[in-house]
Amino acid sequence: MPAMPGKTLYDKIWDAHLVAQDPNGESILYIDLHLIHEVTTPQAFSGLRTNHRPVRRPDLTLAVADHNIPTEGQAKGVDAVEDAEARLQLQTLGRNVKDFGIEFFPMGDIRNGIVHVVGPEQGRTQPGMTIVCGDSHTSTHGAFGALAHGIGTSEVEHVLATQTLRQRKARNMRVTFVGEPVPGVGAKDYALALIGEIGTGGGTGCVIEYAGPAIEALSVEGRMTLCNLSIEGGAKAGLVAPDEKTFAYLMGKPAAPKGAAWDLALTYWKRFSSDPDAVFDRELTIDVSKIAPTVTWGTSPEDVVAIDGLVPDPESFASEDKQAGARRALDYMGLQPGQKITDAAVQRVFIGSCTNSRIEDLRQAALIAQKALDMGLKVAPGVRAMVVPGSGLVREEAEAEGLDQVFLAAGFEWREPGCSMCLGMNPDRLDPQERCASTSNRNFEGRQGRGGRTHLMSPAMAAAAAIRGHIADVREFL
Amino acid sequence: MRKFDHLQGVAAPLPAANIDTDQIIPKQFLKTVEREGLGKGLFYDFRFDLEGHEKPDFVLNQPAYKGARILIAGDNFGCGSSREHAPWALDDFGLRCVVSTSFADIFYNNCFQNGLLPAIVSSEDLHALMGEAKGGNHVFAVDLDAQTISAPSGKTVRFAIDAGRKEKLLKGLDAIGETLEHAPEIDRFEQKRRQTQPWAAA
Ligand code: SF4
Repeated sequence: MPAMPGKTLYDKIWDAHLVAQDPNGESILYIDLHLIHEVTTPQAFSGLRTNHRPVRRPDLTLAVADHNIPTEGQAKGVDAVEDAEARLQLQTLGRNVKDFGIEFFPMGDIRNGIVHVVGPEQGRTQPGMTIVCGDSHTSTHGAFGALAHGIGTSEVEHVLATQTLRQRKARNMRVTFVGEPVPGVGAKDYALALIGEIGTGGGTGCVIEYAGPAIEALSVEGRMTLCNLSIEGGAKAGLVAPDEKTFAYLMGKPAAPKGAAWDLALTYWKRFSSDPDAVFDRELTIDVSKIAPTVTWGTSPEDVVAIDGLVPDPESFASEDKQAGARRALDYMGLQPGQKITDAAVQRVFIGSCTNSRIEDLRQAALIAQKALDMGLKVAPGVRAMVVPGSGLVREEAEAEGLDQVFLAAGFEWREPGCSMCLGMNPDRLDPQERCASTSNRNFEGRQGRGGRTHLMSPAMAAAAAIRGHIADVREFL
Repeated sequence: MRKFDHLQGVAAPLPAANIDTDQIIPKQFLKTVEREGLGKGLFYDFRFDLEGHEKPDFVLNQPAYKGARILIAGDNFGCGSSREHAPWALDDFGLRCVVSTSFADIFYNNCFQNGLLPAIVSSEDLHALMGEAKGGNHVFAVDLDAQTISAPSGKTVRFAIDAGRKEKLLKGLDAIGETLEHAPEIDRFEQKRRQTQPWAAA
């Protein structure tokens, strides 16, 4: 009998969730966890009502309010939200979860926060699971070895009604990270460097498994940052095989199994890694020792430059389309070809979002703020810098460690949790032509406010930019 | 779901690559609890200046392209967020078919949920169609069953789509209804899941 070829981590999760296969080539996959929020669900619940369909598994569904909540005055409650449309959306979610019996962390609840911070923090995100949410950065949960990706609102309705999703299998891609990073370089830089290399369409049709010694060395938080950005490389999802760090992170979390169930779960979870002889459709190796602190210069996450680099000349791009794109991006960003990226003055700094708002991110930013204070420096005059923790629990933990005091002393604002200026659906947004050093994930035109100019970077780099008043090399503070 | 079989109409060229969903429908339009009416926000920042006046040079504002039904766009159309508001806005604006060399995964899926056709063609064919669409006020014809797009010159190109998706679009099948026919299999799966992963059942 010929030997069966090895399976990838993605293959294993897929196989473990296969409910049925339709002759038209679609598979029906079981969904273990469905995360929902206010923006992409109202139409799904209306659809259920119209068709008199119940939610099949409210117990496998968890709701938060994150995208358009204000980041101050949350204790006043949803009815006090000033923006009438946002208020209606938040109230609608409140009614829907009540009518359909779904667990909900409303605005102001200490457990509430950005959906992709809350899932892992509660221990709802576990290895080997399938996880979906009407939000493209659901890929974050892949850091636990869970197959996690964004879905549209029709699919949200489908999952609510059936606890399954119709899917076509993606291809397997593996990116192996080797080497040791130089100080000041971390997961965000890895992700930006990778997207710079493969482009925003580079992972299209693929699930990317991140592997190799540099991934094993990353914290679970760092892995979440990396998986979060998979979608910016066009991938369906990102995955990291679970290991001792994953299990240690999960142990004791509110929804993690306890006692004998923990041991049982652990045995089950350990099955989820790629076999040594698994074959990937595409492989890539990245040497992290060659990566410098990285930022974006343009309006696509693939427009990256090392911190000691120059804004590129559009003429240097290969195709005419790319040249035109680069010219348009430079025009929008208000940058000149050949200028040092560190010469770009910033007016705003945003430390937050599902990419970088966990406790480890805040610690890294606070470390730079503290170094600045030690050097007699603060946030540069004319710069408004906001720190927005990913959840109420992250905020609480940071305050227990005194990080809020460091930020406040250094001239940063310390806000309440939410998506905030990652997409500017709430009042936190850029004015036209304002330049922002941001730890979020999208530098699209208008993403943080119409006409706003976003430069993506790590939390430590964003803190350094706040102090210097321009894009800066974090290594000056190390 | 609405069917899609044939479509005839003006095609508008939008040659930029990587048109993301933030551009297709900016965030301020996502605060709705309805599916309808999003056409007003479609490509908002392209169509209107900061004072809210129409930008006359944007393709969909030009008289020749008023009432366009087809959009011919650059590579990797629809990247970015999962917002289904993007196809809803296209549809509400009257655009039922987007032609490109490639689409981002979630956007691509979302189109099929709403009876919109994302048609994948080669870069060569895209170039040819784009060239003809730039002429303006020309009626193109899309035939899903034959998987063809015919340009006014008579040039006909084939587009790619997998058989399953094509059939669903042609018939306008309701995905949830179909899946619910598999309820016994879902029940069996859940039973097994309770046994093998007792901790996972809340
Ligand atoms: S933080 Fe930004 S990317 Fe993340 S879920 Fe919120 S809006 Fe989406």
